[in-house]
Amino acid sequence: MLDFPRWKVWIVLLVVLAGVYLSIPSLIAGTPLASRWPSYLVHSKINLGLDLAGGSHLLLEADQRDALKTRLQAKEDEISTELHRDPRIEVGDISTADGRLSFLVRDPTQVDAAVERMRKLSQPLQLTGNRDWDVSVVDSTRVVLTPTAAGTTQALKDAMSVARDVVRRRIDPSGTKEITVITEGGNRILVEVPGVEDPEQLKRLIGQTARLEFKLVDLEASPQDVLQGRAPPGSEVLPYPDNPGGYPMIAVKRRVMVSGDQLTNAQQGYNQDGAPAIDITFNTAGAKRFGRVTQENVGKPFAIILDNRVLSAPNINEPILGGRAQITGSFTVQSAHDLAVSLASGKLPVKLNVIEERTVSAELGKDSIHKGVIASIIGTFGVILFMLVTYGRFGVYATIALVVNGFLILAVMALFGATLTLPGIAGFILTIGAAVDANVLINERIREEIRRGRRLLDAVETGYREAFRAIFDANVTHVISASIMAFFGSGPVRGFAVVLLIGVVTSVFTAVYFTRMLVALWIRRTRPRELHI
Amino acid sequence: MKLLKLVPDHTNIDFMRWRNIAVILSTLLTVASLAYTFYRGLNLGIDFVGGQVVRAEFARPVQIENLRARIDSMGVGEASIQALGNDRTYQIRLPRPSGPETAANQVVSKLRVAIPQQFPGARVDAGESVSGKVSEELASEGAKAIIFAMLGIAIYIWLRFEWQFGVGALLTLAHDVSMTLGFFAFTQLQVDLNVVAAILTIVGYSLNDTVVIYDRIRENLRKYRKMAILPLLNLSLNETLARTVVTSLTVLIALGVLMAIGPEVIFGLAIAIFLGVLIGTYSSIYISAPVLVWLGVTPDSFIRVDEKDDKTTPGAQPA
Repeated sequence: MLDFPRWKVWIVLLVVLAGVYLSIPSLIAGTPLASRWPSYLVHSKINLGLDLAGGSHLLLEADQRDALKTRLQAKEDEISTELHRDPRIEVGDISTADGRLSFLVRDPTQVDAAVERMRKLSQPLQLTGNRDWDVSVVDSTRVVLTPTAAGTTQALKDAMSVARDVVRRRIDPSGTKEITVITEGGNRILVEVPGVEDPEQLKRLIGQTARLEFKLVDLEASPQDVLQGRAPPGSEVLPYPDNPGGYPMIAVKRRVMVSGDQLTNAQQGYNQDGAPAIDITFNTAGAKRFGRVTQENVGKPFAIILDNRVLSAPNINEPILGGRAQITGSFTVQSAHDLAVSLASGKLPVKLNVIEERTVSAELGKDSIHKGVIASIIGTFGVILFMLVTYGRFGVYATIALVVNGFLILAVMALFGATLTLPGIAGFILTIGAAVDANVLINERIREEIRRGRRLLDAVETGYREAFRAIFDANVTHVISASIMAFFGSGPVRGFAVVLLIGVVTSVFTAVYFTRMLVALWIRRTRPRELHI
Repeated sequence: MKLLKLVPDHTNIDFMRWRNIAVILSTLLTVASLAYTFYRGLNLGIDFVGGQVVRAEFARPVQIENLRARIDSMGVGEASIQALGNDRTYQIRLPRPSGPETAANQVVSKLRVAIPQQFPGARVDAGESVSGKVSEELASEGAKAIIFAMLGIAIYIWLRFEWQFGVGALLTLAHDVSMTLGFFAFTQLQVDLNVVAAILTIVGYSLNDTVVIYDRIRENLRKYRKMAILPLLNLSLNETLARTVVTSLTVLIALGVLMAIGPEVIFGLAIAIFLGVLIGTYSSIYISAPVLVWLGVTPDSFIRVDEKDDKTTPGAQPA
């Protein structure tokens, strides 16, 4: 028992001091003291979870049907471009029924050539040896392209990684906020934004696919047909809720003049009437194309289409050559600003739906911290009092161990940048209650050994040795359940598990080694003859 | 100074005398708890059934009927409204709307806009929505976590002790978890993700007690090879009783404070662990120990096979 060499004492003291030192930045965070903490000292501190700091947690899921549709549309454009190239192959309308693309080749001798060119378009997938589209011929002249399962998965994966970057840019255009945007499980994106004031704005920003297209208005379509959703070949009918002409629908040419992919910038501004609008700037290729099309179609209207809804359909009064244009519609300043941010960050390759939201205001978070801290302090005092009246001197040792343990938990969490959540505070309080268990085991064992008539030194020695086995096994059960919690749990619950895990490890150190050192030093110094325990 | 001894020295309670009654009673209670849980069902929070909850703080006191009428008129389903501490803070829960996965979230958006409009000065402090798909996943993950934790711990006990102890641990855990579920079914307190965390904690904690007692039983089995199993269990339980009582009390003190004055969001977690500690303390005495008697634990259980061989073949010399 007395065998506690000086170097061990130094190591234990060093760990304790390091614990206190590392936990200071977390303890003084948010108080005036924080600004007076010297800059050359350690600054890593515990992160607060969204339930304590306030903020929004959003789980977004790709809309699979929309993803499929978008992919078919993109493929349709690709096919159409390919077939128009020399030598041109004449085909009928491209159909997108049943999640497949098909078209009729007008000249039966060209079927093989068409199939050959379609095969060339399909991409081989890494490692699998599959291609992303199957090409086949039905009824000897109809070429059918079917997306393969592997191709769809790969496309979704690619889309999700683009979507993740787009979402990040939309929430945090300047790239300075501490936000989390990560993909989860293939078709989901987890977004965590601390301190958000208005989650609805956040959701609007993310919710917009922002697929911007400019298309010419089809003036030949008869209004009756348009109202029934019918459009002439090569055109389509789109909703136009703010149509000043009265009909909520409009027919536009299918061919895209310019799309939002070719923007370099978008900003909220005002039109000549002072109404909010969005000023956009095209890149060189986009500006050229926009200039050419507007030159060829002066006097005709074109439609500005966002996510398949027509925002407005102004007339082309003169060719727009500078690559700058203005999007008008019925905007408020806020909605124009949001749309500008969405456009500038690029379109989402797939529509994202919010399937889980958890938002806590900063006030509620502060209130939780306040109540949690008070409960922790009172709980700790209760436990300390109980220890003191039960074990006297050894209770004092247990108390010091308890306080040191509190520092060590904070220090380890700060060191790893762990996140403290509201259940984490509960974990902290629980750990305080459970950490003394090791001391209880030791102290009760010492009492027992003294009752059996062992001499003081022998009793203390045996107490520590025999109790350790039970302490170890009992803590392993905690580690098992906490690890499983950390593995399966989400956000706040994981925070609880992390505190429990750290607490178990640090409490074994403080309750066993630290108190053992205190007891050894005491015995060595005073050589007591009897033990009051 | 006179130190507090909750359990006097030389306490000798004949715990095992009531073991049959206790086990029958516990079994009945466990079965009744499970049956009641299935019959009445748990009050599952939106984490597990989907739906949406909004917490709003109003500038002036609001009548619950008034609030309900306003929300009913929005056509978002039947609201369950709960006052949080005073008549200015309410929690409004709405059932998961039918329709696409996004429907739940749209309801929260609607409430967030409508509440400050209808009640000037009101503030929406927290809003949560969980879609049907996510809630199904959370529920199945929670159930899996509890089952894996129980099995993992039972296997550890089996490896560290003997198979009988592993079975004892598993039965103890099954008892504790069933009783906790029964409590939640009976009180209809809301079961959310935090309660799952609490049950996992109980799984860890209850075994903590059991392990300490098992450790002492093992020690005594080695020490007193001639002692019959029942007196030996009694001896082990009495020897560890002081520790059991003191540790349980410290945990109960800490959790009691958390329950009484802690943040209300984690009340469910606190009360579940509080209860679990009580149940776990009882079961580590009256489930964990008696099981060993039936499974035939004897001093021989801890003698290695080669030692047994030495005994059965008297002529052999120890190596």
